[in-house]
Amino acid sequence: MTDLTKMKIAEARDLMKAGELSSRELTEAHIAAVDAADSLNAYIVKTPEIALANADAADKKIKAGNQKGMTGIPVGIKDLFATKGVHTQACSHILDGFKPEYESTVTQNLWNDGAVMLGKLNMDEFAMGSSNETSYYGPVKNPWRATGSNNDFVPGGSSGGSVASVSGYAAMGATASDTGGSIRQPASFTGTFGMKPTYGRCSRYGMVAFASSLDQAGTITRDVRDGAIMLEAMAGFDPKDSTSVDIAVPNFEAALTGDIRGMKIGIPQEYHLAGMPGEIEALWHQGIEWMKAAGAEVVDINLPHTKYALPAYYIIAPAEASSNLARYDGVKYGLRDAPNGGNLDDMYYTTRASGFGDEVKRRIMIGTYVLSAGYYDAYYLKAQKVRQLIADDFKRAFEKVDAILTPTAPSAAFAFGEKSDDPLAMYLNDVFTVPASLAGLPGSSVPAGLSADGLPLGLQVLANAWDEETVLKISGVIEQAAAFSATPSEWWR
Amino acid sequence: MSDYRIQGATGDWEVVIGLEIHAQVTSNAKLFSGASTEFGAEPNSQVSLVDAAMPGMLPTINGECVRQAVRTGLAIGAEINKYSVFDRKNYFYADLPQGYQISQFKHPIVGHGTVTVDLESGGTKEIGVERIHLEQDAGKSMHDQHPQYTYVDLNRSGVALMEIVSDPDMRSPEEAGAYVTKIRTILRYIGSCDGNMEQGSMRADVNVSVRRVGDPLGTRCEIKNVNSVRFVRQAVEIEARRQVDIIEDGGTIDQETRLFDPVKAETRSMRSKEEAHDYRYFPDPDLLPLEFDDAFIEAARDSLPELPDAKKARFMEALGLNDYNASVLVAEQVSAAYFETLVTAVAKATGKSEADVAVKASNWLTCDLFGALNKAGISITETPVSAEQGAGLLALIEDGTISGRIAKDVFEIMFETGKDAADIVEEKGLKQVSDTGAIDAIIDEIIAANPGQLAQYRAGKDKLIGFFVGQVMKATQGQANPGVVNKLLKPKLDG
Amino acid sequence: MSNIDRATVAKIARLARIKIEDDKLEPLAGELNNIIGWVEQLSEVNTDNIEPMASVVDAKLRWRDDKVTDGNKAESVLKNAPNAEYGFFAVPKVIE
Ligand SMILES: [Mg+2]
Ligand SMILES: [Zn+2]
Repeated sequence: MTDLTKMKIAEARDLMKAGELSSRELTEAHIAAVDAADSLNAYIVKTPEIALANADAADKKIKAGNQKGMTGIPVGIKDLFATKGVHTQACSHILDGFKPEYESTVTQNLWNDGAVMLGKLNMDEFAMGSSNETSYYGPVKNPWRATGSNNDFVPGGSSGGSVASVSGYAAMGATASDTGGSIRQPASFTGTFGMKPTYGRCSRYGMVAFASSLDQAGTITRDVRDGAIMLEAMAGFDPKDSTSVDIAVPNFEAALTGDIRGMKIGIPQEYHLAGMPGEIEALWHQGIEWMKAAGAEVVDINLPHTKYALPAYYIIAPAEASSNLARYDGVKYGLRDAPNGGNLDDMYYTTRASGFGDEVKRRIMIGTYVLSAGYYDAYYLKAQKVRQLIADDFKRAFEKVDAILTPTAPSAAFAFGEKSDDPLAMYLNDVFTVPASLAGLPGSSVPAGLSADGLPLGLQVLANAWDEETVLKISGVIEQAAAFSATPSEWWR
Repeated sequence: MSDYRIQGATGDWEVVIGLEIHAQVTSNAKLFSGASTEFGAEPNSQVSLVDAAMPGMLPTINGECVRQAVRTGLAIGAEINKYSVFDRKNYFYADLPQGYQISQFKHPIVGHGTVTVDLESGGTKEIGVERIHLEQDAGKSMHDQHPQYTYVDLNRSGVALMEIVSDPDMRSPEEAGAYVTKIRTILRYIGSCDGNMEQGSMRADVNVSVRRVGDPLGTRCEIKNVNSVRFVRQAVEIEARRQVDIIEDGGTIDQETRLFDPVKAETRSMRSKEEAHDYRYFPDPDLLPLEFDDAFIEAARDSLPELPDAKKARFMEALGLNDYNASVLVAEQVSAAYFETLVTAVAKATGKSEADVAVKASNWLTCDLFGALNKAGISITETPVSAEQGAGLLALIEDGTISGRIAKDVFEIMFETGKDAADIVEEKGLKQVSDTGAIDAIIDEIIAANPGQLAQYRAGKDKLIGFFVGQVMKATQGQANPGVVNKLLKPKLDG
Repeated sequence: MSNIDRATVAKIARLARIKIEDDKLEPLAGELNNIIGWVEQLSEVNTDNIEPMASVVDAKLRWRDDKVTDGNKAESVLKNAPNAEYGFFAVPKVIE
């Protein structure tokens, strides 16, 4: 019998529809795979009972002819998404023991379609990180290892658990979130397909906030079609989120025509970074060739403010975070660390000191500083102006091109500890992903090749707001052309 | 110009006052959540997960609160900003679950307006309103329930407030009090706030500074959450005196937040200077800018009732009321409404014009009815004598059925029993006697019984006619028509 | 140019209500200076006449109807509280 955990969502869906596979079988296989993948540390909480109940309900739905795209499909949920009655801590100690009395809209949409919850996935604390090393629950290991090596690599972040579970065959898909690259960069590091939709496409209701103006839910899957199927289930207008936009969700899977003839693909010249590894540059050129071969027209474009995206991001995101994370104060939920005989302020100081990890504290401090009296105009206001310029760059570009192609990350996965002592080196990982986040645009990372060490590399596809279909269509063409068939060695099983 | 001065040891000081009034917007649900705003519920029962700042919860705005803020702005002739922005005001407090208050900082919904306040001298003064913005209320902390703990109730958390910020235009405790009173009147007229200061639906932060007349502004202190007009006046007086004493002793005023203690009649510092606020305002990324069009503003304008100033002017110009009566009547919309119903009904019953009966009606209302209500300790909304019943009484006076004196007795019974004036007059036989035959006979009896007084009268002591009228009225238990009595008595006395 | 010293770090930490041990102030000041110094490259960008981005979505704020649709869930609200007594959140005493 085939290994059910290596099946794609679309295949499983079709087999279940044909009555040749039950969600129960599929789910049981995945529950076992989740256990087998313990050494990846992708799951921080497993919910096999919920999974089996979901699976049985899904099988009934399918029998009744009510199958939807995600019905019966076992998925993992990033710990950022509130799941009613189930551990939800954004992998922070400060939310110690928190079990929400509510469900995030994105996960509710999945459950409404009959998806199966395998458990909660590890992540960087409050999604602040690019290597999953800031999690209170310890780092996630990348299922991929360099050729001939037993050394561990980071899976990227912040959706490290999401990509490790999917590339490690411990989920068919996973929810993820992207603030500055937290879907695309880890997807690139793990040979998975990461899809970040337009800001406002997926509801933020019930998603623990990092930087509200940037946070956007998305998907990690093993291929583009699966991403289309899963995103369609998660997305949609939600009146509970004032930044959710009332635009109909298209049939994303239908966009995968493979036909990009005549489309214009922009190549932003500013993304040619000095000192970028040659293999990244080479992969990008390969991508350009694939586009041409598929009949698209490739044009050089300019996004002049690209260089300023990261610094703007590292003002805006920490500023919003410093405010969003003020609610973690030991009063209403989570950790309380109150010194004996201390007053309310003492409780705040110690609770927040012991509840937040170093990177989170660092960002709260930066955010507090840039918003504080006398600095607002020089930092926050300036950054929001630069952000507008960055958005305008894209706007102008999309008057000329249908999509933009770039590398996803400036390197392949790196070793643990390699950048964790140097915040700036870590931040630079998101150099290609942050600009589109600032502009709220949809983007993906498609597995496109291997590094010299045998680690996966991704290409990033960006399109105009609300044009996820173009992102998916082009991603599908890259996937076809790349015929990426490498797999990790399954050392963890 | 106010000539209110604080006499210091070194001379006179002027006080400068600006007010920030927090008024709870009248709405069923909170500003950013669907929880109820009703007062007095069980702790934490009117709290949504949004109000409790659960992770991932998001604000969505209540359109009615926007409408009420716009109506309030229109009522004070203010600029309405079709584009405004919600900002976060960041600070930590136990009853502030989000760790920030959603407020409006740079771009408020309402810009500059003006309020005309009525002063005790009879004059008026224009007070500028710098802005009105929408914001969330905080929860409530209780410090006296437990030796180690403060208890927090989030029922108020997220209730919509309008913060109405005045210009520093007031110069005396009276003006500050009159301003609060006027704002309250306007809010109650248009229904954007119930103005209930006891329940905290309206409270004022009072900014006070002192200076020599003509000098630039002094350093101000903000006295937080003063919750009655009387306390506003007291707080100004006490704080101004404190500041003068400090300055005259060679000290300087620290800009700080203070608390008014009405029991100890003092203000005291709330936070140490070291904790100087740094609210780190920035636009709330969970919300988009608030925008609406002219049609929305015009619809809000059309929904406004006649406002107190316009009503007062009409009462004076069209109905001939004096300033005092007009002011008293428009102070509360229910009083004004009572008056208008009363005047219409009296005019209808007597066939006279409203202008002809309005002054008497206003006198009766402000003296008799308000006096009785006051004595009984009840408000006009609970009056046992309706406007229609009051009109019944006034009509009986107007058409001569009863005298003004009898009317007082009839009103007393009406107030106690709630009965109609006509029924009481009928039952008790209080109709004025205008029958000349009956009065004639009584006059004759009285003249006969008082020969001494008659002689004095005839000897030139004209004033004694009053004695004889009094005797006749007494004999008829006040029911004799005084006009008829006078007419008949004079020739008889004159012989 | 940024010059975040110990005192500044202490002040920010106080605003953010995060306790930082004395011996951590100096290293943290260094880290923050690094990051702030780096973001200051934004000053190179000419932003004259540029409006700061108000929202990345091109939409107007939607309004809710004034209906009571929530509440009456004190139990849910208090369920995760580290300390709740008599229906209230209980916190270490605030002295005013
Ligand atoms: Mg204030
Ligand atoms: Zn306020």
